[in-house]
Amino acid sequence: MKENYTGKPANRVDGRAKVTGEAKYAAEFNVPNLLHGVVVNSAIAKGTIKSIDTSAALQLAGVVQVFTHENRPGYTWLDSHYMDEDAPPGSPFRPFYNNQILFSMQPVALVVAESFELARYAALLVKVEYEAQPHETDLESNLPRAYTPKKYKSPPPTDPRGDADTAFAQATFKVEEAYAHPAHHHNPMEMHASIAIWHEDGKMTIYDKIQGVQNSQKYISTAFGIPQEDVQVLSPFVGGAFGSGLRPQYQLFLAVLAARELKRAVKVGLTRQQMFSFGHRPATVQRLALGASAEGELEAVKHDAIAETSRFEDYNEDVVIWPGVLYDCENVKVSHQLVDLDVFTPLDMRAPGGVTGTFALEVAIDEMAYQLGIDPLEFRLKNYTNTDQNKGKPYSSKELKECYRQGAERFGWSKRKMEPRSMKEGHQLIGWGMANGAWEAKQQEAAAKAVFSPDGKLTVSCATADIGTGTYTVMSQIAAETMGLPLEEVTFKLGDSTLPKSPLEGGSWTVSSVGSAVKLVCEKLQEQLLEQARKMENSPFKDANPEDVSFAEGRMFLTQAPAQSISILEAVQQNEGQPLVAEASQKPDKNQKNYSSYSHSATFVEVMVDEDLGTVKVTRMVSAIAAGRIINPKTGRSQILGGSVWGIGAALQEHTVMDHRLGRFMNHDLDKYHVPVSADIHETDVIFVEEKDEIVNPIGAKGLGEIGIVSIAPAIVNAVFHATGKRIRELPITLDKLL
Amino acid sequence: MRPFTFTQAPDIATAVQEVSSDGAKFIAGGTNLLDLMKIDVMRPSHLVDITQIALDTIEETEQGGLRLGALAKNADTAYHPLVEARYPLLSHAILAGATAQLRNMATDGGNLLQRTRCYYFYDTHTPCNKREPGSGCSAINGYNRDLAILGTSEHCIATHPSDMAVALAALEATVHVTGKNGDRAIPFADFHRLPGDTPHLDTNLQPDEIITAIELPAKGFAQHYTYLKLRDRASYAFALVSVAAALDLDGDSIKEARIALGGVAHKPWRVPEAEALLQGQPATRENFRKVAEAYLQGAKGYKDNTFKIELANRAIVRALEQATKMEAIA
Repeated sequence: MKENYTGKPANRVDGRAKVTGEAKYAAEFNVPNLLHGVVVNSAIAKGTIKSIDTSAALQLAGVVQVFTHENRPGYTWLDSHYMDEDAPPGSPFRPFYNNQILFSMQPVALVVAESFELARYAALLVKVEYEAQPHETDLESNLPRAYTPKKYKSPPPTDPRGDADTAFAQATFKVEEAYAHPAHHHNPMEMHASIAIWHEDGKMTIYDKIQGVQNSQKYISTAFGIPQEDVQVLSPFVGGAFGSGLRPQYQLFLAVLAARELKRAVKVGLTRQQMFSFGHRPATVQRLALGASAEGELEAVKHDAIAETSRFEDYNEDVVIWPGVLYDCENVKVSHQLVDLDVFTPLDMRAPGGVTGTFALEVAIDEMAYQLGIDPLEFRLKNYTNTDQNKGKPYSSKELKECYRQGAERFGWSKRKMEPRSMKEGHQLIGWGMANGAWEAKQQEAAAKAVFSPDGKLTVSCATADIGTGTYTVMSQIAAETMGLPLEEVTFKLGDSTLPKSPLEGGSWTVSSVGSAVKLVCEKLQEQLLEQARKMENSPFKDANPEDVSFAEGRMFLTQAPAQSISILEAVQQNEGQPLVAEASQKPDKNQKNYSSYSHSATFVEVMVDEDLGTVKVTRMVSAIAAGRIINPKTGRSQILGGSVWGIGAALQEHTVMDHRLGRFMNHDLDKYHVPVSADIHETDVIFVEEKDEIVNPIGAKGLGEIGIVSIAPAIVNAVFHATGKRIRELPITLDKLL
Repeated sequence: MRPFTFTQAPDIATAVQEVSSDGAKFIAGGTNLLDLMKIDVMRPSHLVDITQIALDTIEETEQGGLRLGALAKNADTAYHPLVEARYPLLSHAILAGATAQLRNMATDGGNLLQRTRCYYFYDTHTPCNKREPGSGCSAINGYNRDLAILGTSEHCIATHPSDMAVALAALEATVHVTGKNGDRAIPFADFHRLPGDTPHLDTNLQPDEIITAIELPAKGFAQHYTYLKLRDRASYAFALVSVAAALDLDGDSIKEARIALGGVAHKPWRVPEAEALLQGQPATRENFRKVAEAYLQGAKGYKDNTFKIELANRAIVRALEQATKMEAIA
């Protein structure tokens, strides 16, 4: 009789608001008397600003001020005060700190005017003279400068296991190849924007596009020396972010700076071109060396990555953990080094490191399967692991084999002939490829508050974000199910820094972390309801303990005697017209430490490649996903579809192109930076494989944000090989590589 | 964006008068001009809106051809029954470009006047002879994957981005214009220019001239044609190489062949002498290869776009095969 809201395909609770335009995004909170700021960006990649002439801009009526490093106020300029929650080791970029140019498109001035049009025009009149210095932006030519960072942002590469060098040297079959992954930019549909509203008492209300309002709040508080409680950051809706909103971006700093100086409300929004002026997925080169026995056992894996970072921060991501996560092998050696270049610091982008590392590993695995003459799926099964060898711990659950089985069956993999160029229709060579992937299922500490009012409405809140993933919806589902209330009676609030503490919305951990806190706070509320119910005359709950009571369909009842029940509404109304309020904070259970938790995917892909023209079309794709409990199969499926589409883009289209003479990204708009369009997308199938996991977190859900993308690009690369016999090891596979 | 004044011209005479002032530009659909104004690449001080002038009709000519009013929308042109029936090559080429939303706004005259999509033209912080004459060409030694392999100069290797223009070149359309000195008719091959040492000039249209119509001759090659567009994604991308191919066949024998290439030069690329190689010849792959070779005589690759020579070669062969057999375009 328990009403299950989770596991059912619920529509988005905010769907109507989104399609009607009622949902407002950061740049849309126009307040009276709002000033508009437009950023001027650096034309050079490295050097100094010799002079900035703002006089022509300031002469225009309605231009209020032009901020630069020359007239910026003297706030705290200690670089540690600019460290945000997601800052890599190093010295964070400080806008307008001095006259040094550290990367192309660095913000050098902010023009503030009474209208956006005027600010945009005045920005053209700001004359900046530079003294350029030689810059380095090319990863390939700077590889000899690769270094091991003093401190890694993500866990450092694991120590070697066994003796990979000897095992590789002695292996019967060997693959040793280099794989190149280009830089990518996030390009969420909504550009970054902030509105900073200054109040008479010096307090500030800020609307920001961000994946963690409390991160922006702390950043502004330390950077400007404002007490944290005087800064409220709001971000009710986010139009995609994919990691670009993990760190406060420079438009936030500049909006606050201007608002405080001018004692007005100031909006600063970035243009699409300016979306290429901060973090990106780093260009990375990898070398994979695999050794295998004639029987197809993986005997050695060496995985070395060298990635770009900036001159001021050492960014790294989990590129080389995947051999230890995915394959059983005794001799493994990995490394991850950096090359510092005159670029902005790279920034986590959907499945950071997973996309890059899985591409190289899974293509190398396919290459080895071909050397051995073993079906690529069979080869993966031979080297399957039930333990995470990086951590030396068993998986809390791992249904990857079931992903293989269901995915292969849906796709028709058993009909595949091993030989490349074995299928053809007209001019189209047909290829089938596969790959698998994983993403860590983490739980972070999170808090939540629940307010149950006497009219039966439940409001649950946490300062997390909904970046389009469906957080509003799944949290409402979890609360409704726990409390046994109709979904319509539940409201979830987020995106407000005054709400209970939340981790950043990233890493696929929001359902796990915030969802667990929501469940816990609802359980605390149940205890309070039980207390109220005990007060009632002839209460059936007089001697009941919390564990004896169930909540479903708007009623609370004794689990052993369901007829002994009252309506939940009656119970809440016992509190003399006052709402019941519960607060809770949920930390990961200690038992999690004994296990490793990952979600898994297996992707099967069909491509058609024109034999003469090199065009590639992904005609069919099946992804089978094991990610614990799926709270909402509808929004969950959308997550996997989005990852699948992006994977096609990563395989075939996406790359940010740097002109190294200028040190500047040149395809800085959506005409020239290609992502897939509808016409690129054909049959795309998603399977959720059942996976029970009582260890990973109290919800049993592993998160779906990143697992959808990781195995797509390598599966496509492998399918292109099967179609053409050509092994492409540098993404994206544009048609010129297949001519 | 810089400030500008704006007027609406009620008729052609006023439009011509108004556009003659310094810094004046026509605006119709605005699908390219407004973008370029926002990023400060084009800086008109005065815009003359011509959309109130009745130049949007599509009508038959006495010579048996079709007259496309300069302000007819790309979408209306592509889906016009007479265009679909008699000039399906043109219809296909238009629909291979842009998006439905853009085609609903963009006009036929404006389509011909699109500016290049060269990366450097779009970034005011880089030198570009087309944007700022004499500043230099960043593309020649820079990132040039999308750029030209034919008819380039040491000053510019930009391409013309239009698909529609490639079909019009193959169909040998005529561009009708009106200026202070009256009307003139410009054969399509003479409408766009090669960059030479004046890459800032895309066309031979004079500053005071307005396009009034595009005239299609009677012969539409409706039986054997194809528009093959090769690009980095399936829609909403400019051509790396495109081929408008039109054949007049008598059985297996070719009476007349027309071929125009897009994405490879500063203008739609035609080589009539090469087309003539097919006259009276059987429609075979071998003959198509010969024409393709002839078409790419003198092609020059730069660092990133050398592949276009081979790609264009293969695309010509494929397009001619498709036009011969009229098979579904892959």
